[in-house]
Amino acid sequence: MEAQFLIAGFGGQGVLLIGQLLAKAAMHEGMNVSWMPSYGPEMRGGEANCAVVISDEPIGSPLVTEIPIAVIMNKPSMIKFTPAMEKGGIMLYNSSLIDITPDRDDITAIPVDCNGIAEALGNSRTANMVMLGAILAKTGVVSIDSAMEALKATFGPKKEHLLPINRQAMEKGAECVK
Amino acid sequence: MAIVYEKTKVLTDTPLHYCPGCTHGIIHRLVAEAIDELGIQDRTVGIAPVGCAVFAYNYFNCDMMEAAHGRAPAVATGCKRVNPNNIVFTYQGDGDLASIGAAEITHAATRGENITVIFVNNAIYGMTGGQMAPTTLPGQVTTTSPYGRDPALCGYPIRVSEMLATLDGPAYISRVSVHDVKHILDAKKCIKKAFETQIAGKGFSMVEVLSSCPTNWGMTPREALNWLEANMIPRYPLGVKKEVG
Amino acid sequence: MGQKMLMKGNEAIAEAAIQAGCRFFFGYPITPQNQIPEYMSKRLPKIEGGCFLQAESEVAAINMVYGAAGAGARVMTSSSSPGISLKQEGISYIVGAELPCVIVNMVRGGPGLGSIQPAQSDYYQSTRGGGHGDYRMLVLAPSSVQEAVELTQLAFDLADKYRNPVLVMGDGLIGQMMEPVEMPDYHKDESLPEKTWAATGWKEGCGRDRAVINSLYIDPSVLEKHVNHLYEKYAVMESAECRWQEEMTDDADYVIVAYGTTARIARSAMRKLREEGIKAGLIRPITLWPFPNAPIARAAEHAKAFLTVEMSMGQMVDDVRLAVDGKKPVHFFGRTGGIVPTVREIITQVENLAKEGK
Repeated sequence: MEAQFLIAGFGGQGVLLIGQLLAKAAMHEGMNVSWMPSYGPEMRGGEANCAVVISDEPIGSPLVTEIPIAVIMNKPSMIKFTPAMEKGGIMLYNSSLIDITPDRDDITAIPVDCNGIAEALGNSRTANMVMLGAILAKTGVVSIDSAMEALKATFGPKKEHLLPINRQAMEKGAECVK
Repeated sequence: MAIVYEKTKVLTDTPLHYCPGCTHGIIHRLVAEAIDELGIQDRTVGIAPVGCAVFAYNYFNCDMMEAAHGRAPAVATGCKRVNPNNIVFTYQGDGDLASIGAAEITHAATRGENITVIFVNNAIYGMTGGQMAPTTLPGQVTTTSPYGRDPALCGYPIRVSEMLATLDGPAYISRVSVHDVKHILDAKKCIKKAFETQIAGKGFSMVEVLSSCPTNWGMTPREALNWLEANMIPRYPLGVKKEVG
Repeated sequence: MGQKMLMKGNEAIAEAAIQAGCRFFFGYPITPQNQIPEYMSKRLPKIEGGCFLQAESEVAAINMVYGAAGAGARVMTSSSSPGISLKQEGISYIVGAELPCVIVNMVRGGPGLGSIQPAQSDYYQSTRGGGHGDYRMLVLAPSSVQEAVELTQLAFDLADKYRNPVLVMGDGLIGQMMEPVEMPDYHKDESLPEKTWAATGWKEGCGRDRAVINSLYIDPSVLEKHVNHLYEKYAVMESAECRWQEEMTDDADYVIVAYGTTARIARSAMRKLREEGIKAGLIRPITLWPFPNAPIARAAEHAKAFLTVEMSMGQMVDDVRLAVDGKKPVHFFGRTGGIVPTVREIITQVENLAKEGK
């Protein structure tokens, strides 16, 4: 089993966190994982992305160049990464902020109303967790419980009170792609 | 017979290699005597430069490190940070300190690095054979300024002490000369003061010592001392440039 | 072993160094290794006797390392290619003065400012000296974050053992990537000699000779003797410190030789080639100097050909050719400038060799 993700969006949308939670959760489930961010001047322009590889074998390249699963949080990222999609790949995209669809007919595009769902829950900052829930439901790569454990470790005691709302966001995200 | 004078034990018995009339020997002795009188020989580490004083590690009878050209203040920083109880000094010439090592000395000074710098300024590169230094005077003839230093071509000499004294980091900076007995005695006091500054933990201390180079200046030792007094002191005024209470 | 943590390569290296007793770090910012000094600046001031100092330049930083090592401390600096070029002066002096220290190079594309993306184009610089004079550095090349941790700690022991700098050579990928890490319980090698040579303050009768930390030997015959002494140490390193990993080389027709980041990609390629029925194997040098000649020479007895893969225009391939000694063809595939080769590209290279019967 090997799953490869490319997660991209604006800095501040929590795309690096989505990737880290995926990697941490899979690590706790006993898998080999790698998380590789983009770095350098391109980040200064406000774009952020990371590649996550989860495998039951030692991981070769931590880079994802032909993307089987793309997680796209904003429009520029959709334009940038659509050509790099693997044939038959899946693209989960944030339909709240993206008013186009990928111009490829050999991939599956799945809209997720991340910001809309998050706002309905009363916390717009959980849009990335809505997306994480959708990823988990679509790929089954790790359980929501593992992702929550990873989030708990990341948040620490100071932000523990935010865990329930984040769990709700993940569950809503999962529902919307089922 | 009563002993009236003895060489300080902080100098080794190795004969100095300096040219006749060179004032490095006097300055070595002043530094060694200061270390001796302050009772700090057993915790002093000296950093030797590249230049005429490159073999200083053979002469100072304490633990020594030999640094790359201009890097002595950085080496001293590493040494002092590891063992803050050590008394760490660098001994550097003007090519080493003011040219290739301009960054290292400036930043050690501005950090207030608790080290002592003995800066020997003779307005020329000695060891390499008399080339123009950053401290060479306008009009001064050297092997790389054969028509005299032309400020229009290569700028003006740097007054290192005044420049560093503008920084907040240094605790003590003074310029002295060793061209006659009175000035040698003054130099000794200032060098001792610089080490005391470090012992008290006040921060960066430096003594710039105006020095002669009869060989590369093409003068007799006497002429060289006269030239130092007549030409260098007006360009490089003596005195305390900075002292923090 | 501690708990498994997801750690960034640069931060894991910094923590591993601290665990190995490194208390002094001198450095200067440059991408893609900035998390090492940043981590050190956070941790070292909180540890008794620890000191992080941001130097005014790479040149100053390596000379601060010289001073701290000369005073007997475990000390480290890190940088990336252009900064390592600046440090070469100091590295040469450190070797000459026989001081132990650890230097990390997170290699980026060059020459010049180049790019900030992963590269392996500093292989020559790292293994051939880099600075002036006759010398070598031990060069350790991790291919995962876990291995970066282990090799960083080993680097401190080896540096002290041989009184020679040790270079840990990664790239932007090793430095920036997060992977699971178990921080080993570090135990210092008890057989390491005490640093009685360090300059810490001396007087007559204090029980040791006056310390002189120095690389100047003005008499040629004395310098020759000194360099011969260094090379005696290098001979010991060559026989005792060669490290490598071999996978499926016993029956391999095509042996891929790759290190660091490239080796992990080559491993994926090798496995897929085996699935296709092509007998591929992998030799991964862990020490780039001393270079593991022995396994390559062994493989040359039965393999049809070698393929060296690097993120450069071909530097290590020279060493592979020396080890193969003309017995079999040695081919090369590389990407450069910050481009990381893909599994597919490596597979195609080997498939073509197999097709052409090379």
